[in-house]
Amino acid sequence: MEVRKKDLLLKGTGVSPGIIIGKAFLLDPQEIEVYPLHLSSDAEIHQEINRFKTALKESKRQLMNVKKEVEHKKYKEASYIIDAQALILDDKMLIETIVSTIKKEKIDAATAVKGTVVTLSKSFDDIGDEYLKQRKTDIDYIGERIIRNIMGKKRQDISTIKEETIIVAHDLSPADTANLDVRIVKGFVTNAGGKTSHTAIMARALEIPSVVGLEKITREVSSGDMIIVDGTIGVVIVRPTAETLRNYAEKKQRYEQLEKELFQYKDLPAETPDGFRIKLLANIELIEELASVREHGAEGIGLYRTEFLYLNRKDLPSEEEQFSIYKKVIEKIVPYPVTIRTVDLGGDKFLSRIDLAEEMNPVMGLRAIRLCLKEVSIFKTQLRALLRASALGEMKILFPMISGLEEIYQIKEILEGLKHELTKEGISFNQAIQIGIMIEIPSAATIADLLAKEVDFFSIGTNDLIQYTLAIDRVNEHVSYLYNPLHPSVIRIIKNVVEAAHSNGLEVVMCGEMAGEPLYLPLLIGLDIDKLSMNPLCILKVKKILRLLSYHESQEFVKMIDQFKTASELERFMKHEMKKRFPDEFEYGEHNRTHSKR
Amino acid sequence: MVKRQGNLTKSPEKIKECIIKHEWGIHLRTAGLFVKTAKKYTADIMVEKDGMEADGKSIIAITTLNAGKNATIKIKACGEDAEQALTDLERLIENNFEEP
Repeated sequence: MEVRKKDLLLKGTGVSPGIIIGKAFLLDPQEIEVYPLHLSSDAEIHQEINRFKTALKESKRQLMNVKKEVEHKKYKEASYIIDAQALILDDKMLIETIVSTIKKEKIDAATAVKGTVVTLSKSFDDIGDEYLKQRKTDIDYIGERIIRNIMGKKRQDISTIKEETIIVAHDLSPADTANLDVRIVKGFVTNAGGKTSHTAIMARALEIPSVVGLEKITREVSSGDMIIVDGTIGVVIVRPTAETLRNYAEKKQRYEQLEKELFQYKDLPAETPDGFRIKLLANIELIEELASVREHGAEGIGLYRTEFLYLNRKDLPSEEEQFSIYKKVIEKIVPYPVTIRTVDLGGDKFLSRIDLAEEMNPVMGLRAIRLCLKEVSIFKTQLRALLRASALGEMKILFPMISGLEEIYQIKEILEGLKHELTKEGISFNQAIQIGIMIEIPSAATIADLLAKEVDFFSIGTNDLIQYTLAIDRVNEHVSYLYNPLHPSVIRIIKNVVEAAHSNGLEVVMCGEMAGEPLYLPLLIGLDIDKLSMNPLCILKVKKILRLLSYHESQEFVKMIDQFKTASELERFMKHEMKKRFPDEFEYGEHNRTHSKR
Repeated sequence: MVKRQGNLTKSPEKIKECIIKHEWGIHLRTAGLFVKTAKKYTADIMVEKDGMEADGKSIIAITTLNAGKNATIKIKACGEDAEQALTDLERLIENNFEEP
């Protein structure tokens, strides 16, 4: 594609395929960039002071509106924070300091506000008291509000948007996405993130195109700008010319045509020509995705992540509420099986109900099974709901973040207690319910042979397994290029896990991003993985390739895999081979990277 | 440190000494209540702690005093309604900022 003068093309990592052309909506930019402007006349100084004062009035008006809303919603605790923020807006000292900064330093209002807020924040840094320190964020917040009003960049309320829109943000947290109206959101583009960040997972869940890791997109785009998002190759075009728009409209049409053609594979078996069957299952997070699971011909749900039940609410989901949701999932997917994973909170997800200490490295901190075994009552509520649901269809329970045998012993003890309770209460459940564990921590992978004797199945979570094995923070855009599923260590670990499972008669499911990437398919078949669970959107493409691959050749390939000593050697080989066989499916052009090099 | 604003130009000045009992000291909410009360009066109000002075009508100034639990502060008021202002502010602190 040729870049025209007026187009601004930004490259990132495409994390959810498809093309969308539409209007951007800038969501809560973390920080507004302020560029100092030197003032040369008294008239200009006067004008900047007026801009500041107008912005101050506007800020106050907005704050009062927020207050009304808060009072209306009866969050009384929040109302004193707003009162205090209003007092900060009225603060003589703050106003005088800013006005005199504009006058003395002859700089624009926004820069003066920013400078004053930074100075004030620093003085709070010296304060030892944690409670007093919280004041700093209030001042930062107020400063940002004033600057936003000076620059005319209003903080728009996401729930007020009525037309279709593409969300542009620094990053999206689970809480952000939970607040979005999915009917009007047509794409996500963010500064931060990688293939496995929350934004990426959400975009694929919603089947909307998404590009992440764009670094500066929030700086380049204003709300209302026309943008093109190509999630397949990881490109965003800001304010495209008429010609680019025309080209892309055509490209979009071609892409959608190809997608449509894939649907002929929907009811065909997932089988290689030499007769190897592998089950292709779906990963889901929201019950809204159930329709897509069926549409894409999944043979069940290999991973239902339950985190969303807990997010963005003040209370915890009750047993009844959870039961009714699990019931819905099981009933909608019958006759196929469902594997439900117990809540994996902590880490980058946020649970408002439980006050948790801030952690330096939340991914390795108190999360998933660790949090559940600490907050046992939350765990028990979920397990009871799951046990009750197990009476309704084929359902298995999966436990995340297992690091050793002790956790399994503890889980089993709790589970047995609950089964006993339910029996006494006369409530029906599946006495022989299967339990499985996520193999995502290297320690668990290493002792897979021991763990295999205690559980019914393994599920390899490649996202975390790779991140922990390679010590790569997958959200950190500066190191995410090192994240490579083809690292020899990762392949050896998977091999070890599959061997341990099979020699103990267990099935192995792979449920990370790796499972849905057709490039890795020969490797996964060769490794004898029993089931692949992936985003429903990937299933048809994977099935199409699978139906053309040779199981026998894949086995031979895995036998000689030790010849490849680095991830890049292996990646080059696999791309070359796949491209040779499937020239239309694997075009690794300049843009089409499996892993972002940013 | 930010320069503290406000001058007590008029005299005579009235002074009261108080001890902050609130668990969190003068933090956002308590500072907010203090400033709201102080603003009801025309008198100039200054708060002193450990030799540092802050404008009693500026929420930012008084929070930067870093008055935690058990801190002793001096409230100084100057103006026509100085006496009432001091009584009112003292009551606020004595009542632990209206918290039981």
